[in-house]
Amino acid sequence: MSETVTLTIDGKKYTAERGRTVLQVATDNGIRIPTLCHNEAIEPYGACRLCVVEVTRGSRTRIVTSCLYPVEEGLIVQTASDRVIRNRKMLLDLLLARCSENEVIKNLAAEYGVTQPSFRQEYWEKNDCIVCGLCVRACEQVVGVSAISLVNRGISKEPAPPFLEKATDCIGCGSCYYVCPTHAIKMEDKNGVRRIHNWKVEFKLKKCSKCGIYWAPEAQLEYIRRKADLPVGFFDICPNCR
Amino acid sequence: MKDKVSEIVKKYNKDKSQLVSILQDIQAEYNYLPREALNKLSKKLDIPQSQIYSMATFFRAFSLKPRGKHIINVCLGTACHVRGGELIAESLERQLNVKRGGTTADGKFTLESVNCMGCCATGPVVKIDEEYFGHMTNDKVEPMLKKY
Amino acid sequence: MPSKLKSPKALEALQKKLGKVADAGKVSISVCNGTACRPYGSNPVVEAFKTEIEKRGVADKIDFRITGCHGFCERGPVALIQPGNIFYQKIQVDDIPEIVEKTLLNRIVIERLLFKNDSVGNIQAQVDIPFYKKQQRIILGNNVKIDPTSIEDYIAIGGYSALSKSLFELKPEQIIDMVKASGLRGRGGGGFPTGAKWESCRNAHGDIKYVIVNADEGDPGAYANEGLLSGNPHSVLEGLIIGAYAIGAHQGYIYVRNEYPLALKNITIAMQQAEKLGLLGKDILGSGFDFNVRINRGGGAFVCGESTALMASLEGKPGEPRAKYIHTVEKGLWERPSDLNNVETWANIPLIINNGPEWFSAIGSSGNTGTKIFSLTGKVNNTGLVEVPLGIKLRDIIFDIGGGIRDGKKFKAVQTGGPSGGCLPESMLDLPVNFDELTKAGSMMGSGGMIVMDEDNCMVDVARYFLTFLEEESCGKCVPCREGIKRMRQILNDICDGKGQESDIDLLKELGAHLQDSALCALGSSAPNPVLTTINYFHDEYMAHIRDKKCPAGVCKALIHFYIKDNCPGCGLCVKACPTNAITFVEKRKPVILDQSKCIKCRTCYDICKMGAVGIE
Ligand SMILES: Cc1cc2nc3c(=O)[nH]c(=O)nc-3n(C[C@H](O)[C@H](O)[C@H](O)COP(=O)(O)O)c2cc1C
Ligand code: SF4
Ligand code: FES
Ligand code: FES
Ligand code: FES
Repeated sequence: MSETVTLTIDGKKYTAERGRTVLQVATDNGIRIPTLCHNEAIEPYGACRLCVVEVTRGSRTRIVTSCLYPVEEGLIVQTASDRVIRNRKMLLDLLLARCSENEVIKNLAAEYGVTQPSFRQEYWEKNDCIVCGLCVRACEQVVGVSAISLVNRGISKEPAPPFLEKATDCIGCGSCYYVCPTHAIKMEDKNGVRRIHNWKVEFKLKKCSKCGIYWAPEAQLEYIRRKADLPVGFFDICPNCR
Repeated sequence: MKDKVSEIVKKYNKDKSQLVSILQDIQAEYNYLPREALNKLSKKLDIPQSQIYSMATFFRAFSLKPRGKHIINVCLGTACHVRGGELIAESLERQLNVKRGGTTADGKFTLESVNCMGCCATGPVVKIDEEYFGHMTNDKVEPMLKKY
Repeated sequence: MPSKLKSPKALEALQKKLGKVADAGKVSISVCNGTACRPYGSNPVVEAFKTEIEKRGVADKIDFRITGCHGFCERGPVALIQPGNIFYQKIQVDDIPEIVEKTLLNRIVIERLLFKNDSVGNIQAQVDIPFYKKQQRIILGNNVKIDPTSIEDYIAIGGYSALSKSLFELKPEQIIDMVKASGLRGRGGGGFPTGAKWESCRNAHGDIKYVIVNADEGDPGAYANEGLLSGNPHSVLEGLIIGAYAIGAHQGYIYVRNEYPLALKNITIAMQQAEKLGLLGKDILGSGFDFNVRINRGGGAFVCGESTALMASLEGKPGEPRAKYIHTVEKGLWERPSDLNNVETWANIPLIINNGPEWFSAIGSSGNTGTKIFSLTGKVNNTGLVEVPLGIKLRDIIFDIGGGIRDGKKFKAVQTGGPSGGCLPESMLDLPVNFDELTKAGSMMGSGGMIVMDEDNCMVDVARYFLTFLEEESCGKCVPCREGIKRMRQILNDICDGKGQESDIDLLKELGAHLQDSALCALGSSAPNPVLTTINYFHDEYMAHIRDKKCPAGVCKALIHFYIKDNCPGCGLCVKACPTNAITFVEKRKPVILDQSKCIKCRTCYDICKMGAVGIE
């Protein structure tokens, strides 16, 4: 089996390493496919479905999610066929009905000409979270803490701390905040304290003993110090002053 | 409480993949999933609390609230639905004065709905604890409850 | 309990011994204590039999057996007596002394307990009853012959001989070839060819492989798998062990639906017995082949019947499906090659090994061989579990076996395939029941639910019912499924409430097409089926709700009201029964009065009135 494959994306031929996904290969070659639940540092999940493309293999053409679909020899990919666009529009229509006031979703939907949900207005919701699971996956896969998880199922599914109360395992690193595509996580650093409202937690921030700025939550620094087996007091000074 | 959870975990050889069965055994023990038991379980199995909570809320079989002395299951499976299962569920709600998932004020009954109990031929079906009641009609609800 | 069997010869010898006992010419009675007979009181009936037999001290004269489902659950509790193939139905505790005295000890048939048919009169033999006549019960037929908690019973009818043959006379490849040649297709819904699946799994890279029984039977309103697993657990287990040997797996799993306590109990007992006899575990029958099985209970989630969700849940994770761009036969449970088959698929295996693939493929039609078990429920006269050759017409099942519609009402639709399936109208009744034809018609085979509806069932309400179900049961991971089903359900709600618009139909169709294309797993992509088939086949009914604001079937509460007809004799039955005191008594022989403002449309009066004096419009 050769290590590279040749595939066609939107009419042009590309060679790609086996094992990469259609999304990765498209992105590498400057072809933009919209995504919401994808992040290169985190295992692909396939929840938002925005990255759908049409693939043809032999006589079979179907819609797949490019963030998960591995490239194959001879694969023909269309990233913006009518069928793809139709599906993406409906996805954005559905997301807009869920997040009718979220700027990220509103802008993305507008890009596809969806300015208003097709559903009766009384049913529009004002969520910010689209349940892409990035926050949960970042916390588990990148940070290694799993302070939060996706709870419930079906329409009630949401990222949340255990028992919907304070996330006791949270170290305040803010990865969830940075990774959230729709800015659904509310985090603020004020007066030496970090608050992540969604998980009902607050953390004292560490003050650099040299320059005096608050630079990271103490709990996070302690977590890293233990994991990396660093000496006590290692983080008394911020990286800038070190 | 401690020992019960430990015992159950031991029975499953601390096998994390048996989490559903372990939770079921804990629920069978306490009639619901008490929070302390789940915290204990998290430590015993070395699974983050968040992931145990995720499991406990994903599956319909689990209750995080204490349940009543008798568990009423009213079937809302298709076979029971086409024979009026929904009306029986509403009738139970009226007579017990609780909504589905709720427990009566006196703690006697918890009303739960299920989607099929495997005896569709006799629908609509209600099950109270281990006893099945078939071909239910609204007027049979009251005498049925009186037995308890 | 006999001791461990260490060779095929030992199994054969045991079989001969047990077979002789069974043939001893004693009168035998098999009493059903299946799940569906329990609401009719089969538990006390069984107990009463035991007491009566003991009281009279006739235990050595009567071969008494408690069994799983006989199929004709409608008439439960039922029993079958041999010789004579005498079928008793609706047995009550009071009947038992008489049955023992007359029929079992003196071979006198009790006419009262026989099945009655208006045209033919009393029918004695089970085989002559219309319900059983057109069936071909190659799998379910054994239920009546065995006590599911007795491995001896199963061995006495030839059980585990297919396993012995597989281990000692066949190579794994030969078994796979036989399964392929039989044409067996998966009974879990999709109809994927079983032999091909086994072959891919056998050929997949990896030393450790798994075989799994899908006994999650999530279709709400189907209990075919329940009846099989609780009534003949060893047949499933035997099939599984054969499959494990053919595929090269040494660990198996049985994933049982949480709401099936009896099936769970019986399969657990079966496993323990098989282990004791050396039919499971290390060095099975002295062949050197090792195989272990673990039973897992579901947690009450429909989506866990889906292969990847089921495997996630076996790993101790929430039942979220994942994309199957890499098949589970290559990377399934714990990322290892895994073969998942339905309960009924597994139960077919011993039959194919024992009787040969030609025998199997002669049943049914080409491309759709063998039989299929359906749970026939809803508004038919004869509800129960039926097993028919594939290719039989819907009409034959519903009208010949099922005996037509209850209370002389009119047939309206039959639902197959559960929440992934669709509702088919009268014009489709001559459709041959097989995987391909049902799919073409917009429905599905599913795991065997067949729910019959009559003129009193509203098709919009049924579509809404399924979407309400799916909305709750969706895992919630992907947007089309989570958000799309919710929107479709809201639209259907509006239509049922008289708030529908004509443009709703197009929006439903658009959403349906989107889910079919974009949902992550088959729960979402098949979710539109109940909606699209009802729109397709019952368009007028949708229009009646939308345009005329009427529910022709009299179901949708916002669009109906109840009224008292002139023929009401004022008996007052409904007055007492009404939970909101909406009905007042006037005087005898005068119609009662119904106060619309108090009526909550609970239907109690309609059901209770013996005169048919309550109307709905
Ligand atoms: C939402 C959903 C629910 C399912 N439920 C079941 C089930 O309850 N039982 C079953 O055997 N298959 C079920 N399936 C099909 C399984 O994914 C799988 O195809 C089947 O178990 C394979 O067995 P078979 O090849 O013997 O049919 C379900 C599929 C989906 C998408
Ligand atoms: S909070 Fe943000 S990252 Fe987390 S699931 Fe919701 S949208 Fe995704
Ligand atoms: S980016 Fe692929 S499904 Fe979300
Ligand atoms: S639908 Fe109610 S028991 Fe099956
Ligand atoms: S359960 Fe007794 S006949 Fe079906």
